[in-house]
Amino acid sequence: MSAVEPGSERLDPLAAQTLAETVLHLAEAAGATEAEVLVAVGDDALTRFANSEIHQNVAESDIRVSLRFVRGKRIGVASSGRTDPEALRRLAETAGRIAAIAEETRDWPGLPAAEPPAPVEGGFALATADASPEMRAAGVRAVIAAADAAGVGAFGSFSTGVETVAVASSSGIRAAESRTAARLLTVSMGPDDGTGYAEAAAVDATAIDAAAVGREAAEKARRSASPVNLPPGDYPVVLEEYAVADLLDNLGFVGFSGLSVEEERSFFEPGRRIGSELVTIVDDARDPAGMPAAFDYEGVPTRRVVMVEGGVCREIVHDAGTAARAGVPSTGHGLPAPNPWGPFPLHSAMAAGSTPREELVGGMKRGLLVTRFHYTNVVHGKLAVITGMTRDGTFLVEGGEVVGSVRNLRFTQSYLDALVAVEAVASDRRLLRGELGAVLVPAVRIGSWRFTGATAAD
Amino acid sequence: MHEVTDRALDTARVRGASYADVRVVRRREESIDVKSGRLAGVLNHETEGFGVRVLVDGAWGFASSHRLTAAEADRVAAVAVRIARASATAVRRPVVLDDRPPAHGRFETPVAEDPFAIPLEQKIGDLLVADDAMRRVDGIAFADTTYGAQREEKTFAASDGSFTEQVITHVGAAIEANAVDGEEHQRRSYPDAGGAWQGAGYEYIRSLDLAGTAERVATEAVQLLSAPQLPPGRRTIVLHPSQLYLQVHESCGHPTELDRAFGTEASLAGTSFLTPDKLGAGFRYGSEIVDIVADATAPGGMGTFGWDDEGVAAQAVPLVRAGVFVGYLSSRETAPRIGRRSGGAMRADGWNRIPLIRMTNVNLLPKPGMSLDDIIADTDDGLFLVANRSWSIDDRRLNFQFATELAYEIRGGKLGQLYRNATYTGITPTFWGSCDAIGDASSYVMLGTANCGKGEPMQTGHVGHGCSGARFRDVQVGVMS
Repeated sequence: MSAVEPGSERLDPLAAQTLAETVLHLAEAAGATEAEVLVAVGDDALTRFANSEIHQNVAESDIRVSLRFVRGKRIGVASSGRTDPEALRRLAETAGRIAAIAEETRDWPGLPAAEPPAPVEGGFALATADASPEMRAAGVRAVIAAADAAGVGAFGSFSTGVETVAVASSSGIRAAESRTAARLLTVSMGPDDGTGYAEAAAVDATAIDAAAVGREAAEKARRSASPVNLPPGDYPVVLEEYAVADLLDNLGFVGFSGLSVEEERSFFEPGRRIGSELVTIVDDARDPAGMPAAFDYEGVPTRRVVMVEGGVCREIVHDAGTAARAGVPSTGHGLPAPNPWGPFPLHSAMAAGSTPREELVGGMKRGLLVTRFHYTNVVHGKLAVITGMTRDGTFLVEGGEVVGSVRNLRFTQSYLDALVAVEAVASDRRLLRGELGAVLVPAVRIGSWRFTGATAAD
Repeated sequence: MHEVTDRALDTARVRGASYADVRVVRRREESIDVKSGRLAGVLNHETEGFGVRVLVDGAWGFASSHRLTAAEADRVAAVAVRIARASATAVRRPVVLDDRPPAHGRFETPVAEDPFAIPLEQKIGDLLVADDAMRRVDGIAFADTTYGAQREEKTFAASDGSFTEQVITHVGAAIEANAVDGEEHQRRSYPDAGGAWQGAGYEYIRSLDLAGTAERVATEAVQLLSAPQLPPGRRTIVLHPSQLYLQVHESCGHPTELDRAFGTEASLAGTSFLTPDKLGAGFRYGSEIVDIVADATAPGGMGTFGWDDEGVAAQAVPLVRAGVFVGYLSSRETAPRIGRRSGGAMRADGWNRIPLIRMTNVNLLPKPGMSLDDIIADTDDGLFLVANRSWSIDDRRLNFQFATELAYEIRGGKLGQLYRNATYTGITPTFWGSCDAIGDASSYVMLGTANCGKGEPMQTGHVGHGCSGARFRDVQVGVMS
């Protein structure tokens, strides 16, 4: 395997696994009755541009070695960014010391049992791992050229990275793999307040058509010029994929986690209808159309979880802890220990529908076409009430056609009510980077969306 | 340390950098999380590494590594130069830095009780006592109690001869009681849901008296379950510092970041309504009693330091004076573009991130005359809003909406009916223009946030906000109703 940047000493999965086993032996020698080691290595680079020029350009090489040290039912976790022998010895000592004085975890289920993860296809692309600053700069120049051609400014970033993860535990888990991800996003800003957004994400950076991303955003910025004020109120909406990604992110955060259900913070109840029959939401880290991962950060094989099927709640995601307390197997959604936030769907997807994407707007008499949301936050978790703003292209639709650009609106909307009101789902989907993981989403049409305010002109 | 910094700077210079700086950072973090009597996590994390930033042909390059060796310094500096040359292929306005004297010296956060020297058992015990006190209150579904500490040892060296060393220590803690009934879930936190943090030692944690406050906080969470929902309307609101600090953060701090105003954060966080043409033009940001300053010298603030990550000395920069917009948070690159010198606001989240313009301590200055209690007593009809629950603001920092955990009716100067699910919304300059009372120094407190996100790759910043509580007229409330 070659390097992201010339001369870099990237750890491959085998080397990461060897390092994990070294720390495991140190923990066992220090008296651990159980131990789990996670090695996460990141080689990432990002080229950022604004005002149609590159203004930030960075590369980093980082490593994190985490040790979960168990002594009976007492658990200590320590981590280090150093890998020299002295640092690793101190890591085992620190984790052991924490475990020695920690309160017993009464319901400690033991570390997850070993289950070799079946390998996944399509999670690693050498072209992404080897992406150079010159390659990213070329992509950026293509975006800028599209913006120049449309008379707008280009802002955004092009990132490439490889993550190598290895887990070794005293229960016999041995899992290691490298995963790559690339993402190009851009905001185009034109005269007369026009803005547009476009994004592409892929395991293989060479699959990203930078010029096409640039053209999409630039065209939207041109069309969204001179927005007018529209009074807040309830409007039907077509949400483009970028906005739908926010639905999945927030629903995953407030509702589909084993911990949120355990703590009674979630709306989720098996068999409860929360959406129209068109709504099916899954988490599938093994789908080659997404960003595949064979196992989670506890070394447990990832499993497809159907969270909503035909609008009805089915399953939630678990890590080893929430699964044990619920009396079910882990679904392979654990985050690095210690993890007070619980498991999270990192590979969520909404099933495609049967409506051609361009017909979503065509089927709306009067409503709004929304490109994406900005700065959403939970107002009420159990009701999944979220507030946020529209951004980078909000359009009024009349008679099935876009008739003009609208100044950004604030919404305060229950995402559950929105799922119930889903009228149509596009037949194609886009792979995007969500808040925490990858999301695979279609555009949708929703019968009613509650806008509660509008922004102002400067 | 000099071996790494000197090699990186020499290599960068030899390979063509007109300017270079290097930061070597060692960071130690500790966190403890107790959930309903269960020790959910104790984490001790250490990381160290260095980052090299170079200017070549007027363009920036940056590279970093966790391997602290001279050979790695050579490699990383060379990569940074190569990246800068790639940047230069898409640069239209070469970077020009302001002139500042080389920085030299040492800074250390004043700490009375080293948080890393306090026995772990004691820290866990302090949290368990508070957790137990919350769960003794009938109706509490679950409780969460957290503690964190961070220490950063940072060496900065630049090709102009600057060399500084800093040791910066931050600590924070919070308790959170949750009550659930059917579809209703109510949370009460203290001092703040994200944890109140300061630049201090464990003495700050003791001063919070988490255990002594736990029962009251838990009782309020249960009371909220049966409280009516706040009805919509236009009301006078009085903001407690536990909400006001975040209002300052979102609607004052972020829009005064000069990189946002120049569009360099447009693709992620957005831009700012405070465009450079408004500076020096008498733009009215708020009422005449509103004075806001970015003060990197304020005691206890998480934005307090000796020098920023460009080697610019800590200073107090007025942002709003008597309600008029007068200044920005700035850097050596951005300040010359508005005819000024850097205000010293460049901060990086560790060794592997570039410095960005970040808030230091953006403080709403107290006003002599009325205490916060006096303001409530002076309010005939209004709401007293306490402790943030949710926040959101648009990409130019104009339209905001906040939710608070508590909302008390004020009638005839006295607190009355408790409401749940309180929200309020507004437009930034209109809102601050309606501010007609700010508390005096008696309720002035240094708060802040330890999770301010900005930049790509995302950086998490520790920033401070001092404030004392304030009153605003004719504000839309009850948006969720």
